[in-house]
Amino acid sequence: MNATEMKRLNRRDLLAALLGTSTLALGGCSRVSLPPAGMLLSPDVLIGHKIRDKNAFSSRAKSRLQKQVVIVGGGIAGLSAAWRLLSLGIDDFVVLEMESVFGGTSRGGEMGDFRFPWGAHYLPTPMKENETLIELLKEMGVVVGVTPAGDPVIAEEFLCRDPQERVFVEGEWIEGLYPAKGASVDDLQQLKEFQGEIDKWISARDRLGRRMFAIPIAAGSDEEEVRLLDSISMATWMDQFGWTSSRLRWLVDYSCRDDYGLTIDQTSAWAGVFYFASRNEKANASSQDVITWPEGNARIVDYLSNTMRDRVEHSHPVIAIEHDPKADDSVRVLAWDKANGTTFEFEAERVIYAVPQFVAPYLIRDFSNESRANLSEFRYGAWLVANIELSDRPRENGFPMCWDNVLYLSNSLGYVVSTHQMGIDDGPTVLTWYMPLLHDDAKVSREQLMSMTWSDWADVVMTDLTLAHPDLPLLVTRMDIMRWGHAMIQPRVGFVFNEARENAAKPLGRIHFAGTDLSGVALMEEAFYHGVRAADECARL
Amino acid sequence: MNRAPLASLYLNVLVIATCGLIYELLAGTLASYLLGDSVTQFSLVIGVYLSALGVGAWLSQYLHDNLARTFIEVELALALIGGLSAPLLFVAFAWIAWFNVALFGMVFLIGVLVGLELPLLMRILKEHLDFSDLVSRVLTFDYIGALVASLLFPILLVPHLGLVRTSLLFGIFNALVGLWGTYLLRPILSERGLGALRGRAILVVGLLVVGLIKADTLTMIAEETMLESPIVYARQTPYQRIVVTQNQRGFQLHLNGHLQFNSADEYRYHEALVHPAMLACDSPKHVLVLGGGDGLAVREVLKYPSIESVTLVDIDPGMTQLARTFPLLVELNSSSLLDDRVKVINRDAFVWLGERSETSEKKFDVVIIDFPDPGTYSVGKLYTTRFYRLLLERLAINAKLSIQCTSPLVAPNSYWCIIRTLEATGFDVRPYCASVPSFGVWGFATATMGQIAGKEIEFPEEVKPLRFLTPAVLQSMFELPADITPRQPELNHLNNQVLVRYYDQEWSRGE
Repeated sequence: MNATEMKRLNRRDLLAALLGTSTLALGGCSRVSLPPAGMLLSPDVLIGHKIRDKNAFSSRAKSRLQKQVVIVGGGIAGLSAAWRLLSLGIDDFVVLEMESVFGGTSRGGEMGDFRFPWGAHYLPTPMKENETLIELLKEMGVVVGVTPAGDPVIAEEFLCRDPQERVFVEGEWIEGLYPAKGASVDDLQQLKEFQGEIDKWISARDRLGRRMFAIPIAAGSDEEEVRLLDSISMATWMDQFGWTSSRLRWLVDYSCRDDYGLTIDQTSAWAGVFYFASRNEKANASSQDVITWPEGNARIVDYLSNTMRDRVEHSHPVIAIEHDPKADDSVRVLAWDKANGTTFEFEAERVIYAVPQFVAPYLIRDFSNESRANLSEFRYGAWLVANIELSDRPRENGFPMCWDNVLYLSNSLGYVVSTHQMGIDDGPTVLTWYMPLLHDDAKVSREQLMSMTWSDWADVVMTDLTLAHPDLPLLVTRMDIMRWGHAMIQPRVGFVFNEARENAAKPLGRIHFAGTDLSGVALMEEAFYHGVRAADECARL
Repeated sequence: MNRAPLASLYLNVLVIATCGLIYELLAGTLASYLLGDSVTQFSLVIGVYLSALGVGAWLSQYLHDNLARTFIEVELALALIGGLSAPLLFVAFAWIAWFNVALFGMVFLIGVLVGLELPLLMRILKEHLDFSDLVSRVLTFDYIGALVASLLFPILLVPHLGLVRTSLLFGIFNALVGLWGTYLLRPILSERGLGALRGRAILVVGLLVVGLIKADTLTMIAEETMLESPIVYARQTPYQRIVVTQNQRGFQLHLNGHLQFNSADEYRYHEALVHPAMLACDSPKHVLVLGGGDGLAVREVLKYPSIESVTLVDIDPGMTQLARTFPLLVELNSSSLLDDRVKVINRDAFVWLGERSETSEKKFDVVIIDFPDPGTYSVGKLYTTRFYRLLLERLAINAKLSIQCTSPLVAPNSYWCIIRTLEATGFDVRPYCASVPSFGVWGFATATMGQIAGKEIEFPEEVKPLRFLTPAVLQSMFELPADITPRQPELNHLNNQVLVRYYDQEWSRGE
């Protein structure tokens, strides 16, 4: 089904196509009332399209500046690179961010007294090997000590508060993510087998003594055994074990959609297993404690951009990066000052390119001529994120409201509660609701994302949530909806161990690359890893 | 009319007389529960009721036609108003400011209707009886009815049915008298509209029966059954369900179905909770009370003349408002929340501690923690290391703290979990127990960041007399009996609230 076909569907079929089988419970399918206020948002695509179409910029630069390093992109990767440069003693750099806020998909927002995430909203406690990230977290006051075993100690207020997650299944909320209500003996047996298999991957070490799955993934194994996983889908991998339990498959599918925006049929088995096996130190141990903030990972973005206040510029889209890889010359970076409508030119010894790969051909001159990455392998998913302001808490059936609240059999990912971490358990709050669009062709998902109106999307969100919270329409006071066209890199079958991905991280002359898409999975830790690595490359030369 | 219907009519007199007095007793009981001062309330209710009877009797002279039909209509009206009086008045008390008007208006209306009953009935019967016979028999049954009501009400009805169901039940009796009347008085009723009248009577009976049956699922009735005492106040606030019950032993406050105190023995609990920390502090000036919206802990705190300020943080304005206005409670807490030195803050204590505000600069000499038991995650967070660390920032040097920590006998892991969690935060903690008949053996702890006073605690003159504590009892509370032995359960952290799980396991065992 493409976007045009989607448009022709009636409301009920459209909701079913978007939300999945959970909407079958909608009897007469009466339209739910829409929130009284709200906005439809998207990242600054106009600027993006302007860059793509190479127009509207005066190419005559107003001023020329010299910088040791110019960092293109003020998301986690770019800001991490800057943070690393500073700690290496390099302070002659600038971070140029296209939009009026830093952070990319890790940005946050606010309504009234509440802050909330617009995208990434948590970070598992890093294992002790991830020393650089622990260093950053120490600076932020998040890591406050070390256990005798050498593991980082996280300040209690940043560890996700109990109760953490619940799932709405058969008309009732239950604790945890596995829909245990109504599960048969066979369902539970398959769950156990699945956990047993994952535990094997957690305990195993490769010939070099590396974990099979580690964060950052560069620290994990790349031997044949794990590479093979990347050649099949998560669904196929599960088929091999005969795991047909619909509850188990839903749990795994949910996890793939949650972390990658892909179904189990679309996700590489490597990525699927990675989700479960990379966050546990030992088999049979609980996974690493989750660190979170009301505004999600925007807390990290704010920390980084505030510490480097005079070296970061938002509303400064880079419109061209010019270099001659053969002549070992400085790189020319053209940037536009949105506020003044003027163009700057930077002469940089090094450039850190911390923007998704798909933009590279539009920014880096002659990029397409380079025998580099096959960029068509880099595919990015479209996501919808809604922030829903409530005047009061909905009535509950079953386990009480958690940080993460998931709806069994819905294509949405449910919602996180922004006030949970603050300990506010009554009265107004903001829920952040997530849904990746799952079309096999991400372009179709993007078309659909952009073709629907605020009311269309608000209807989708309300329909999804009223299944679990019938009184929600009475409580919603506002709903802002963000459309992320290129929300995150998709680890489809074959991508993680694809040469295209491995090549993309190599420098191009004096241009060094960062960005979580270089890892094939969209994680804060990966963006941080590549930012730090790119900074290290610059410092070494 | 032959003899059989006459006997039936006398039975009717008996029933309606019983109903009438029951409504009066209900109103009097309700008024003294809700407004306090039972002597005043009962005499006012009796006065208004009796005068209304007179008004009804006087009005009856203006009724000439269709006496039988009018009698039946009066019965149906009385069934509805009397039958619904108790549920309506309870609802009204929680929601309206001019409750007195509603109460006495209703008593007056019921009185007028009851006042109409006998004159009408006597005029209907006068065709068939000698006048002196009539007066003697009707009045005889009337007074027997009054006796029946006054015996049934305290012995059977209030203890077993509660006020609401009693009210509904006697409404049904009134409606049945009306329905019965459509058959008994058939000879003197006009054919026109008889069916409709009968239909209405059946409707009223049905309505009240449904009310009575449904009442079991109505929260208040279900609670009355569960709490085993008549409810005198019930209100659902955004935070909790507040219910006050009353019985011979005193009155009780329940939050979400959990007993918070019984007026008969709460002094044991509150003296044990408050004084160990207060006495250990040299002239405490600024005291923080967390939870304790009933004002009873504050009452104990205010016994110290050195007090300059008391800050009470309780999430529910509905609770602190009750403590300031509900007569029974105001009397019990000695108007503590109306004292000028007391500042009430209606915030979640966890959120309040995390905020920076004017009051957050204030350092407290003593902190009294009187939260409900940790049965839910939203209460459990108030017992975490995070909470105690936040609290530390508000303590003056050498500040003392005391805390209620559920039953160490029923829930030993929960009790020791609270103690160990406090210790893990850096407090020097001393556990102690006191016996409170309504709760059994109850667990507390006192804690300080500084030195625990080794010397014998002296009772200042002004604090005496306490009803429970003496210097010797105070000492003995810290001697833990052999069946309350220290344990080492896990600590309660914000990200792993083991306490809620311990509590849930330990308290559900006994149920």
